[in-house]
Amino acid sequence: MRDMSWIQNHPRLLEVAYAGTHAMLRPFGRWLRRGGAVERVFIAGEKLTKGPIFDCRMCGQCILHTTGMTCPMTCPKTMRNGPCGGVRQDGRCEVDPEMPCVWLMGWERSQRMPTFGNEIRRVQPPIDHRLEGSSAWINDATGDAARVPAGWGG
Amino acid sequence: MTGPSRLERVLRSGRFAVTAELNPPDSADAQAVYDRALVLATVCDAINATDASGANVHMSSIGVCALLTRAGYEPVLQVSCRDRNRIAIQGDLLGAAAMGVRNVLCLTGDGVQAGDQPEAKPVFDLDSTTLLRTARMLRDQGQFLSGRTLEKPPRFFLGAAANPFAPPYDFRAVQLAKKVAAGAQFIQTQFCFDVPRLREFMAQAGDLGLHGKVCVLVGVGPLRSAKAAEWMRTHVPGVHIPDEVIRRLSGVPTDRQRQEGRSLCVEIIQQVCEVPGVCGVHVMAYRQEELVAEIIESAGLLPRSTQAGMFNPDEPEENAS
Repeated sequence: MRDMSWIQNHPRLLEVAYAGTHAMLRPFGRWLRRGGAVERVFIAGEKLTKGPIFDCRMCGQCILHTTGMTCPMTCPKTMRNGPCGGVRQDGRCEVDPEMPCVWLMGWERSQRMPTFGNEIRRVQPPIDHRLEGSSAWINDATGDAARVPAGWGG
Repeated sequence: MTGPSRLERVLRSGRFAVTAELNPPDSADAQAVYDRALVLATVCDAINATDASGANVHMSSIGVCALLTRAGYEPVLQVSCRDRNRIAIQGDLLGAAAMGVRNVLCLTGDGVQAGDQPEAKPVFDLDSTTLLRTARMLRDQGQFLSGRTLEKPPRFFLGAAANPFAPPYDFRAVQLAKKVAAGAQFIQTQFCFDVPRLREFMAQAGDLGLHGKVCVLVGVGPLRSAKAAEWMRTHVPGVHIPDEVIRRLSGVPTDRQRQEGRSLCVEIIQQVCEVPGVCGVHVMAYRQEELVAEIIESAGLLPRSTQAGMFNPDEPEENAS
């Protein structure tokens, strides 16, 4: 698959695309369901787009707009709330010194996002591992992606 | 058992706090823990029990804490997300609370690649921030993450780590704010060898309104030699040692480097005491525990009026091996 990660350096464009997809799919939430042919089409679409752009890991709970349009699931510790303390002085990852820290890029890009840039300051709930491999777009439209553990809301 | 923890009392009263790290033994003998605790107890307000730090396996933090509370010491339970999922962690937190543990330090944990068993499966089901929020949920809502109600909630003083010395620097204070929002009441930082950077971080934290909301204890420790410092900065995740520190150590003969490292540590403690918003220090002296007391004394932080290390009259004494 062709590497399209250069688009990530245009986070403003990506957040507009995110807001568009979100607004477009939301009204269909009541008809969309996980499992079945429609989801397979969505999954294929997500793999084709988010794969080459974000190196998407199909966690099914996309929070790209809160992380500077940089996928936190590519972090070896899958940190969704910020970098760990192990980031090297040259900005590379503690676990894999070949890769730059996801959060270094995420933070820098979030600062260039007028709409969702401040979302990076919000505490993200723990991920729901049951959604792994499912369509994040459907989960977003149905509200499943935003569902938090029962105790979390209080 | 229901009042605030000793560490919380010290910090709330505005006194400068001192905590120290206990390196857990590779042993099934309780005495090994007590031997290490003895040299730390009288010079600090609480003792941190590390949770397989650097991803190296040792006696568990929960085991060490159970021994420490039995003997009346004040432990800080370090909990890392690397080795256990949310089910195991919530259960351990309740177990620890039942054994008298009040202070909990919520950590993400070093990657398994850093340790002696890099082939292990890393868990990272929660991260430090979601762990904090989960521990606060147990305490304040009396609930598990699932929403299930606890019969008796734990009484925790919750802490987290911060590393102002690793990039992205501008994000570190924002991240501190996130941890405070998730429940952090105290912070123990990574080793500080760069006081100007700490000053900048604390000023940024102040701008975010965090001074007074969270007690920051700055991590300090003696460097054994220039060689050890060089090893540490290349092998221990997240430790930043500036070149001038290495130069200062290598500038003295090898047999005097240990003394120089000790002096440097005392100087850093004295400097961080003056940084606005700093509430204490956390001394980490890996395999140099015997130096902790004299460092704390030389820095002018004795006596500790809280008398850690006294036997707790509420607890039976027969169990101290």
